Amino acid sequence: MAGLSELYQNVILEHNRSPRNYRVLENANREAEGNNPLCGDQLTVWLRMEDDVIQEATFQGSGCAISKASASLMTGAVKGKSRRQAEELFDRFHRLVTGRLEPSEPETLGKLAVFSGVSAFPIRVKCASLSWHALKAALDQPGKIVSTEQP
Amino acid sequence: MSGVGATRASPGRGVTRKAGGAPPLDVERIRRDFPILSSTVRGKPLVYLDNAATSQKPRAVIDAISRFYAAENANIHRGVHYLSERATVAYDAVREQVARFLNAGSSREIIFTRGTTEAINLVAQSYGRSVLRPGDEVLITGMEHHSNIVPWQLLCEQTGAVLRAVPITDAGELDLDAFDRLLTGRTRLLAIVHLSNALGTINPVQQLVARARARGVPVLVDGAQSAPHLAVDVQALDCDFFAFSGHKLFGPTGIGVLYGRESLLERMPPWQGGGDMIASVTLEGSTWAPLPAKFEAGTPAIAQAIGLGQAISYLEAVGMDAIRIWESQLLAHATERVRDLPGVRLIGTARDKASVLSFVVDGVHPHDVGTILDDEGVAIRAGHHCAQPVMQRFGVPATARASFAFYNSFEEIEALVRGIERARQVFG
Repeated sequence: MAGLSELYQNVILEHNRSPRNYRVLENANREAEGNNPLCGDQLTVWLRMEDDVIQEATFQGSGCAISKASASLMTGAVKGKSRRQAEELFDRFHRLVTGRLEPSEPETLGKLAVFSGVSAFPIRVKCASLSWHALKAALDQPGKIVSTEQP
Repeated sequence: MSGVGATRASPGRGVTRKAGGAPPLDVERIRRDFPILSSTVRGKPLVYLDNAATSQKPRAVIDAISRFYAAENANIHRGVHYLSERATVAYDAVREQVARFLNAGSSREIIFTRGTTEAINLVAQSYGRSVLRPGDEVLITGMEHHSNIVPWQLLCEQTGAVLRAVPITDAGELDLDAFDRLLTGRTRLLAIVHLSNALGTINPVQQLVARARARGVPVLVDGAQSAPHLAVDVQALDCDFFAFSGHKLFGPTGIGVLYGRESLLERMPPWQGGGDMIASVTLEGSTWAPLPAKFEAGTPAIAQAIGLGQAISYLEAVGMDAIRIWESQLLAHATERVRDLPGVRLIGTARDKASVLSFVVDGVHPHDVGTILDDEGVAIRAGHHCAQPVMQRFGVPATARASFAFYNSFEEIEALVRGIERARQVFG
């Protein structure tokens, strides 16, 4: 019961209902698709980069509450971040959802800390990180399709 | 009698007790035969409704596997010693038992495989590859599991043949007019699912086989879901191939069966080469063993075969007819209860259905439904069920799926209903 209410925190439910930045980004210069072939979740992330800084990030797709809320919060969190900063944030986020974050670190995640409950549900880690994998692919190699099942 | 072990738990004594609305089998007694069903998950009694993914195992099966390794283990078909002889007899006895279970004409028509997937790949690569020419067609349906799609796609790439699929209606039934149009002079093989894992639809296989065979087209039936729930008679179906898996039939993983019509199996080249499938080997060439060994290269899954034999004995003692009646009652009740919940839509409403209830809940993704049900101890499957074309057909990314077995009860359906209601509250 405690596990479930920590997983489905109100912020997550609210972002699932009304995801932010949920649209095609017309003037995007980076784009990548994320797939989870095990469950069929699919989303696309668009970025507008200027001088290595993410000016804007949007997404669209279908997925569970965790993957949708994660994408929604991610697109807000990476705005204004350099590529390097975004990747560092992903690293901390990934350690959060896999339960490997140092006790001193959570405050550096801001709103993303609401995903701490995911670590009690290992099967849902892929849901929480799908949009981040797509973001990383868009940063690394525009136009790429990534899968949660790629090594 | 066949199978190993002189003693066997006699499941559900009085299983045929059926009078005036009483269940056709003794569910409480049967549940005690399955150790896992009395366990708890997340502090709640386990409600196992994921039987289409894999089924639970009765103690008779678990004990048979354990006994084999503890007291009977040896390789088969090659030792002159006592244990090898016993293991060989036990393994071959299961083949006889499977032949009777499917009403095959001969145990030479029973090939052991790793499961349904391997059985279908065997037919594709051995039969299909030796027969298909560019422009030939393989006909499947829009409700196949990926394991009855991808082997044919690979085969078509290898041979230049073309894969066609019979569309399905909004209810989740095959479009039989389209079937007749798609079955043409170019069709070389029909491969159809008997009972859809994603929709629960029972296809009119006998009728479709008759139409195909009238045109000289051999038919493979994917029986992964049907064998555990329906009495199967391959001679009545008149199909050429029938595949099923042990683990969905209350037996172990790693063992499955391909039934093949003897005249076809005789003509087919071996698929995998190795020990046990040869008559003689020289460095210049080899000759093949007779059926069924020709298709069983290497040391097979011996303990698993023996476990499968026990599972079949158990099912036959309960009775496939009693199972069918009880599961129909379960499905009818679950359908009524779930259909009436606000915001719930059933996916798959065929007239003839068994054991599967697929649904979507407004505003709640199937994964989230699955996680909330899991918190109530209720195990269901959420996802595309390895049937992505079915999801595309119904315009949903995924569904939640409850799938039943004869050990499930009406009380468990109430737990499912409570879980769905809770999911709607959480996301309301």
